[in-house]
Amino acid sequence: MSTTATDQPNRALRLLSKLGPFIALIALLVIFRIALGIGDSPSDFWSATNLRIILVQTSIVAIAACGMTMIIVSGGIDLSVGSVIALSSVVAGLTLHHGGDPLLAITAAIAAGMVAGALNGSLIAAFGLAPFIVTLGMMGVARGSAKLFADSSTVSFPTNWLGKLMQPIPFPNDATIMKALVVAPGVWLAALTAVGMALLMHKSVFGRSAYAIGSNEAAARLCGVRVRTNKIAIYALAGALFGLSGLLMTSQQGQGNPTIALGMELDVIAAVVIGGASLSGGTGTVLGTIIGALIMSVLRSGTDQLGWPTAWQEILIGAIIVLAVGIDRLRNRRAT
Amino acid sequence: MTTRLSVTGITKAFGATKALIGVDLSVNAGECLALIGENGAGKSTLMKVLTGAHRADGGSMMLDGVAYDPSGPLDARARGVAIVYQELTLARHLGVAENILLGNQPSRFGVIDRKRQHAIAREALEQLGLGDLDLDTPAGSLPIAQQQLVEIARALTAKPRLLILDEPTSSLTAADVDHLFTVIRRLKTQGVSVIYISHFLEECRAVAEHYAVLRDGASVAAGAMANSSEADLIRHMVGRDVAEIYPRIPHAIGDTVLELRGIAGKNKPSDATLALRRGEILGLFGLVGSGRSETLRALFGLDPITRGTVLINGQPQTHRSPRQRLLGGIGLVSEDRKCEGLALNMPIADNLTLTCLGPFSSAGLINRGRQEASARSLMERMLVKAAGPAQAVGELSGGNQQKVAIGRLLHHGCDILLLDEPTRGIDVGAKAHIYRLIGDLAAQGKSVIVVSSYIPELLGICDAIAVMCRGVLSPARPVAEWDSHTILTAAIGATDAINAEEAAIP
Repeated sequence: MSTTATDQPNRALRLLSKLGPFIALIALLVIFRIALGIGDSPSDFWSATNLRIILVQTSIVAIAACGMTMIIVSGGIDLSVGSVIALSSVVAGLTLHHGGDPLLAITAAIAAGMVAGALNGSLIAAFGLAPFIVTLGMMGVARGSAKLFADSSTVSFPTNWLGKLMQPIPFPNDATIMKALVVAPGVWLAALTAVGMALLMHKSVFGRSAYAIGSNEAAARLCGVRVRTNKIAIYALAGALFGLSGLLMTSQQGQGNPTIALGMELDVIAAVVIGGASLSGGTGTVLGTIIGALIMSVLRSGTDQLGWPTAWQEILIGAIIVLAVGIDRLRNRRAT
Repeated sequence: MTTRLSVTGITKAFGATKALIGVDLSVNAGECLALIGENGAGKSTLMKVLTGAHRADGGSMMLDGVAYDPSGPLDARARGVAIVYQELTLARHLGVAENILLGNQPSRFGVIDRKRQHAIAREALEQLGLGDLDLDTPAGSLPIAQQQLVEIARALTAKPRLLILDEPTSSLTAADVDHLFTVIRRLKTQGVSVIYISHFLEECRAVAEHYAVLRDGASVAAGAMANSSEADLIRHMVGRDVAEIYPRIPHAIGDTVLELRGIAGKNKPSDATLALRRGEILGLFGLVGSGRSETLRALFGLDPITRGTVLINGQPQTHRSPRQRLLGGIGLVSEDRKCEGLALNMPIADNLTLTCLGPFSSAGLINRGRQEASARSLMERMLVKAAGPAQAVGELSGGNQQKVAIGRLLHHGCDILLLDEPTRGIDVGAKAHIYRLIGDLAAQGKSVIVVSSYIPELLGICDAIAVMCRGVLSPARPVAEWDSHTILTAAIGATDAINAEEAAIP
């Protein structure tokens, strides 16, 4: 058998394909460090303050992108992320506004996202509708509902601990290394979500079923995988994560807002794709997605500090998405 | 001998279409039943009923004397009925072990027990002699033959009492087929019953004790394999005598139209030289992985040529793209009809005329009426059985799909036809149609290269045969100088069996 001989380069390639986005992230960090000068003033790129800002900015996209990873791996797509985040934000805001407990607000925000996701999943699974179309519809429905509930304005609520999720935990010691570790609770929440989702996708029957459905739906069905139930569960779980993401955004803004996260579906999908997932399903990892999300925030932050106009940032990120997919394509062609 | 499965009077309808109108069959414990019938005879529907993917409308089934009416694929599996489908049903991104236990992973609280998953997969693969396969390799990166064996391993993990194999050898080489038969015989001695579905009657004879024939949704014949001739079986299948499966249509052979001189591709072929004459049917035989399809692909400009020359009508060809080849009058029908051959959800008319819309378009707009008229006349000429040119190709039977694929080349006006496995997965009746069609084309002065892994059809229809072995093409010789044995020997390229096995595993 000649399998061992052909396996070796395959393995090396597979490893490289996993490390690719990671190398890109490190390279970006180094490039910006050099370009922005070395030192430890708060304006420096590697300063604790700046890294904390980057992490906070990443966490909102990252949590949503964890959910999106599972959807994309299963061969689907969800365009309604931004709208569902806005809906959750309004639901959380209204709960607090009417004197609800912060815990109730958290539950309500996540539940709102989950309901939207379950609705997406049910329509896709039960009627065989294209995910693109169903979630495009949900994009309008969720955004409109958010505006309707909030009466098209922001929803204010009394200050409580929920509003501090995105602020760093105060830390008495001044050691700079420790300052970088003392990140906002929201960042820890994102990290926990990522670890949980990574375990779910790699170790659980549910997670592997998502890969199987994305890789070959007919085969999964023939093997007895409950494709419909799984799809509904996948979209509902992702919806719940979108809700959580919306909660963090509400906390950051200190108000419920039906117009936040406009166009955020693009950032979320871009994070997943840069992280190595294929839009045709079957491949993708949570770790890759997190790195993808980090790459985008590092780029934004770095180019911001270099004084580049946002227009150029947008062009750059757009080009990087295409580049990431292009490299992936090339690698796959060589591997086969 | 006890009866493992008995099926009585099974009926199944989809809307107005009656797929099964009364099927009876029985399989003994530890025996193999060959289920034969043309495509569309109802074999697939029957298999789906047996494995719980469909529910029968009427009739009854007994498994080991107990009423059997599975509620779904998992239920059927749990009761010991497992199937290997004809179409590969692997999730190509997932690893081998994951594929083997897909939908059935050993788990605790929803968490997969990887150790046990690997152990079960390993055990099943060892039964198939594939014990050293890397269990984490993505299934999609394995050669087709190994993918097929992974599917069989998946069925074996159910510890089946009844194993159904649907056309298991359509993508296997002779050595792999032998290996599969060894596995089947071993399973039979362990008391497992097998239903073996195949178009290859000689294979059925090699593994099965009994046969059952389905035609138009009903059982028409059954009996012991030993008491029936091949001609009997074919007569039962098609419902009429097939005097000649391989019609010899007289055709004149002219000058050389296409020449390959020492063609080499990236991996394969490494050295291919041949000459094709006007009105000639040239057969190209080789084991899977020998480079026969790659030769056609390189010739057609789909894969790069690293060395050698292609001459059309004596002119060396410098440009290599499918477009250039079509302009030069060469057309290819891929072995992968569904992925590379046809746009399945598009109408027949579009599929037939896709490469050449000029004759019925003006100012860039297609005249649908003229397109359909042109398609209709082509369909009549090719005897395509369909509702009309507007019907989607995907709704046709395999044989009719293949006719459409070949018809496209005729519409384009190709004089040299490269047909890669033109009769793969189609039934005897439709095969006979395709053979007649190829003969007719040669009589009209077209030149045809037929790549096939089925020796009898090459011997039956070709004027000359060339054999490919590990990327090297032997010189073509007149068909009269070949027989099954010499072809196979040439394809293996060595006399000892060890080399033969190596050649068969790409």
